[in-house]
Amino acid sequence: MGDRHPMTGNEMSGAEAGGMERHRYDVVVVGAGGAGLRAAIAAHEAGARTAIVCKSLLGKAHTVMAEGGIAAAMGNRWPEDNWEVHFRDTMRGGKMLNNWRMAQLHAQEAPERVLELEDWGALFDRTDDGLISQRDFGGHRYARLAHVGDRTGLEMIRTLQQRAVALGIDVFMECTVTELLKVDGAIAGAFAYWRETGRFVVFEAPSVVLATGGIGKSFKVTSNSWEYTGDGHALALRAGAALINMEFVQFHPTGMVWPPSVKGLLVTESVRGDGGILTNSEGKRFMFDYIPEYFRDETADTVEEADRWYEDKKNNRRPPELLPRDEVARAINSEIKAGRGTPHGGIYLDIASRRSPDFIRKRLPSMYHQFKELADVDITQEPMEIGPTCHYVMGGIEVDADTELSAVPGLYAVGECSGGMHGSNRLGGNSLSDLLVFGRRAGEAAASYCVSLGEGRPAVRAEDVKAAERDALAPFEVATGPGGGTENPYTIQQDLQQSMNDLVGIIRTRPELERSLEELRRLRERARRMTVEGHRQYNPGWHLALDLRNMLLVSECIARAALEREESRGGHTRDDFPGPSPEWGAKNLVLRLAADGSAVDLAHQPLPVMPDELKKFFE
Amino acid sequence: MGYTLKMRIWRGDQGGGDLGDYDVEVSEGEVVLDAIHRVQATQAGDLAVRWNCKAGKCGSCSAEVNGRPRLMCMTRLSDFDPAETVTVTPMRSFPVIRDLVTDVSFNYEKARELPSFAPPPRDADGKRRMAQVDVERGQEFRKCIECFLCQDTCHVIRDHEDNKPAFAGPRFFLRYAELDMHPLDTHDRRALAQGAAGLGMCNITKCCTEVCPEGIRITDNAIIPMKERVVDRKYDPLVWLGSKIGLRNRDNDGRSEA
Amino acid sequence: MASTDAPSTTPGSTGVDGPTRARIGARTLREDRWWLAPLATFIVFSGFVVFATYRAFAGDYFYAEPYLSPFFSPCLTADCVAGSSDFGQPLSWWSLSPALVVLIFPLGFRMTCYYYRKAYYRGFWLSPPACAVAEPHGAYSGETRFPLILQNLHRWFWYAAVVIALILTWDTVLAFGPAPGEPDGIHMGLGTLLMVANVVLIWLYTLGCHSCRHITGGRLRHFSKHPVRYRIWTLVSRLNNRHGTYAWYSLFSVAIVDFYVYLLATGAFDDPRFF
Repeated sequence: MGDRHPMTGNEMSGAEAGGMERHRYDVVVVGAGGAGLRAAIAAHEAGARTAIVCKSLLGKAHTVMAEGGIAAAMGNRWPEDNWEVHFRDTMRGGKMLNNWRMAQLHAQEAPERVLELEDWGALFDRTDDGLISQRDFGGHRYARLAHVGDRTGLEMIRTLQQRAVALGIDVFMECTVTELLKVDGAIAGAFAYWRETGRFVVFEAPSVVLATGGIGKSFKVTSNSWEYTGDGHALALRAGAALINMEFVQFHPTGMVWPPSVKGLLVTESVRGDGGILTNSEGKRFMFDYIPEYFRDETADTVEEADRWYEDKKNNRRPPELLPRDEVARAINSEIKAGRGTPHGGIYLDIASRRSPDFIRKRLPSMYHQFKELADVDITQEPMEIGPTCHYVMGGIEVDADTELSAVPGLYAVGECSGGMHGSNRLGGNSLSDLLVFGRRAGEAAASYCVSLGEGRPAVRAEDVKAAERDALAPFEVATGPGGGTENPYTIQQDLQQSMNDLVGIIRTRPELERSLEELRRLRERARRMTVEGHRQYNPGWHLALDLRNMLLVSECIARAALEREESRGGHTRDDFPGPSPEWGAKNLVLRLAADGSAVDLAHQPLPVMPDELKKFFE
Repeated sequence: MGYTLKMRIWRGDQGGGDLGDYDVEVSEGEVVLDAIHRVQATQAGDLAVRWNCKAGKCGSCSAEVNGRPRLMCMTRLSDFDPAETVTVTPMRSFPVIRDLVTDVSFNYEKARELPSFAPPPRDADGKRRMAQVDVERGQEFRKCIECFLCQDTCHVIRDHEDNKPAFAGPRFFLRYAELDMHPLDTHDRRALAQGAAGLGMCNITKCCTEVCPEGIRITDNAIIPMKERVVDRKYDPLVWLGSKIGLRNRDNDGRSEA
Repeated sequence: MASTDAPSTTPGSTGVDGPTRARIGARTLREDRWWLAPLATFIVFSGFVVFATYRAFAGDYFYAEPYLSPFFSPCLTADCVAGSSDFGQPLSWWSLSPALVVLIFPLGFRMTCYYYRKAYYRGFWLSPPACAVAEPHGAYSGETRFPLILQNLHRWFWYAAVVIALILTWDTVLAFGPAPGEPDGIHMGLGTLLMVANVVLIWLYTLGCHSCRHITGGRLRHFSKHPVRYRIWTLVSRLNNRHGTYAWYSLFSVAIVDFYVYLLATGAFDDPRFF
């Protein structure tokens, strides 16, 4: 690899004046949201030399956007609550497609993970006797979400961030991983670039934990930020791991619809958990018309019963507004399609007429702030206009439930970029607890794998680094190639978002999905002709061009799986196959990259078998 | 409702730079960040800007709009006259990287200097108990989204680079106050706040509170109470007298110097 | 951010024009009238200081039965006119104006007040003149050194200010007494009203003080264990929210009462009596 820089000791490369940096770690965690931070803390505490590499500044990851709370059966409000009830809620919410072992571990370990946050300085809202307060959320039988007003995610990421800083874990901020480096089928490291300088970095590490979050930026109306381009999904695919459940994309029922510039921005489910109701333009509380057979026994069918439930959960059933998210999102979608939408194409979410202004401001301060500042709406006085928004992907990297190890030795995945835990639909609040439970498990497993290798660590190969470097610089070269220079990454991204939104959205059909695959093929063609202006120093155009590769690959996985699964279940609704089918309910769809990297292979795989002692919860 | 907005955006790096003029189509309900994105997508693909959530929750898109430190995603274009030129520059207290992006590592270095929360053991049942009224003050400070606008506007470092080593800035006074008011923390952080963090450098001119997008009352609720806590420790005649005759504030029992 | 070291600052050029900062050139790009608030502070405070200094040094026309000017209360020296020394004349050896003995306390209280500090650091010292407007000074050490480290004595002055406020309250009670020629009993004139308004504002200002907020409850870490002090803290916090407003109002009211007494004492005006 050439000489070393006289001052910094960094490796020099022909392509860049500043040379190339090399770092050696035991565990490299990609992503600094809740999952990444928790994994890094666990790995560090297990004695591994650990680094966190993240695309944004520390503390800005999408975890900050989580509002409602962390689901954990601590029983502080309802002593009847325990891990078994939580496990059952999670499995039923995911329409039984969840990896049962993950759901079990999650329900069992979440309470301790929440208490741990408190040890590290988190200040949750309290009950009258001083314990962590818990709130109601869709699909959860008891009030179960530990929360801080409606900014729980901020509290969680700040707590983990401060813990990681206190432990002295190295953080590489604004540094993007573009490729995983392997030797003999096992992870050897990762290749990245600094956003600030465009300089390349090689991490030599036998364990890499992917915690890169979701894929939402491939959709037009989304609650996700620019970072959520499916990097982890794509890195894992290219490294030889498999994705499962990619057809299941969660559309959150309540995103803002007006003004256009904030369309898709999340409105927390806590609004409904704290008493908010959904009404259409005729003023009708329409959710009572959409109670599915599956949840009929546990859902109130009269307004009176629904309203009593907030105070008396023992003798009343849950309001239909608090059905799992997939059900509510579909209901809202149908109302809008039937012409009963609001002037801006949403429906009304009303808490103003149901709770006092003081209560609303205290329980939902950021929602109050968000609507006041961005839409000129005072939510203590008037209803909000909301509609479904792409929020979360249930699918992700297939991992072992206990260790979060993927099919590639040394490659771990946690959080949204991993798959299986949430089945076909995730319950609100289960994401934050997922990050903590499996973040810790992955960090520990990654550290112990590293120890098990002893001196026999794989060494990064120079030719792989060269190849990664070439790929990363490709967007600058395209303009000079044949037919190059005619496309702009921003336009391709916009077209991709539009196409995914229209064709692979909340309601899907065979012809549209087929068209989407055709569109994706065309977009891939166009991406080959795209050009990037300027140089490598903090150049968003270049960064987007690199992210686009991942978005296109992951979008194809979603469309392929969605076309294959001929039923409706959770976050996957087929207009041409409106009901769930028992046959499909017994298997996952698994996607891998073909050996030559040219195509995505799809396979059917039976679900892991649940042991009898857990089956009894569903009889 | 759309119109053409006249913008001036600072482009450049540490070598130098200029305010460039851009005309950009904008529509109703948009914010400054929307306009910047449109410039980026249609006129200047390499315009560097840092952003994430675009909802005022992550604190990434801090910049100065018409000279005032603001979050670009929370600055609505309807606040300006359509004929007005909107000028956007990077934050001026931190080293510039490129265009609207600055090197905010100062803040991350200061974060590392701060001793973390030090709790006592949990209660016998493995849980912790705190009253809601006791956590509320800390919760206000924990609303901080780390946009660093308070650090940007603070003249102590904005106008005096040489103060940076000795001064942690409003964001970290919040953190000191949060921990010092924490009902369970076992550390006494007053000496550190006064010494290492440079609390005395603050002359409470309140600009941090003015710019805080979260509306945290940084000066009144965190900095001044911290100054008063330092006074308790060093400058109060009655507290001194009280301690001489064996009276003390039992509320601080069990704390030791961090 | 890359872990590269930022270029170090060259001595002499610091602040927004420093070598690492964006080269924007202007001291501020603010287009609003940011100079208005510091200018208004400068003019009004200067006016008050001139007026108060003149009145304090002149040392006359401060008592018009039953009204005593707040600048001269308590009146403790031999120069105090008959009837104005409610607390005797223990400092009878003092030969300068009686105001100079007592004014030091309210003056010290206001000089070290957290609100006034903000106002005069901005208006007089331009440090900074307004938010995001570069200040004209080369070096800055805040309140870490003499003399500004004495700002930490605010609490001592607050203790004194409470005593002064009590005395002014007593003066106000006396202001319900008879004017020359009136029979004994409760009386009231325009002067009484002004003094009541003044003392109310003084109390609102004194009790809304940041030190008061701290002493009454702010210093606690467990409000839940001290419900009464928590209640007091909540009330004081409410006053504290408007501390700046009361600072201005009480400044005006003190000056107005003093000037009113001056008008009465010089005979330029006759106090309208209600009963």
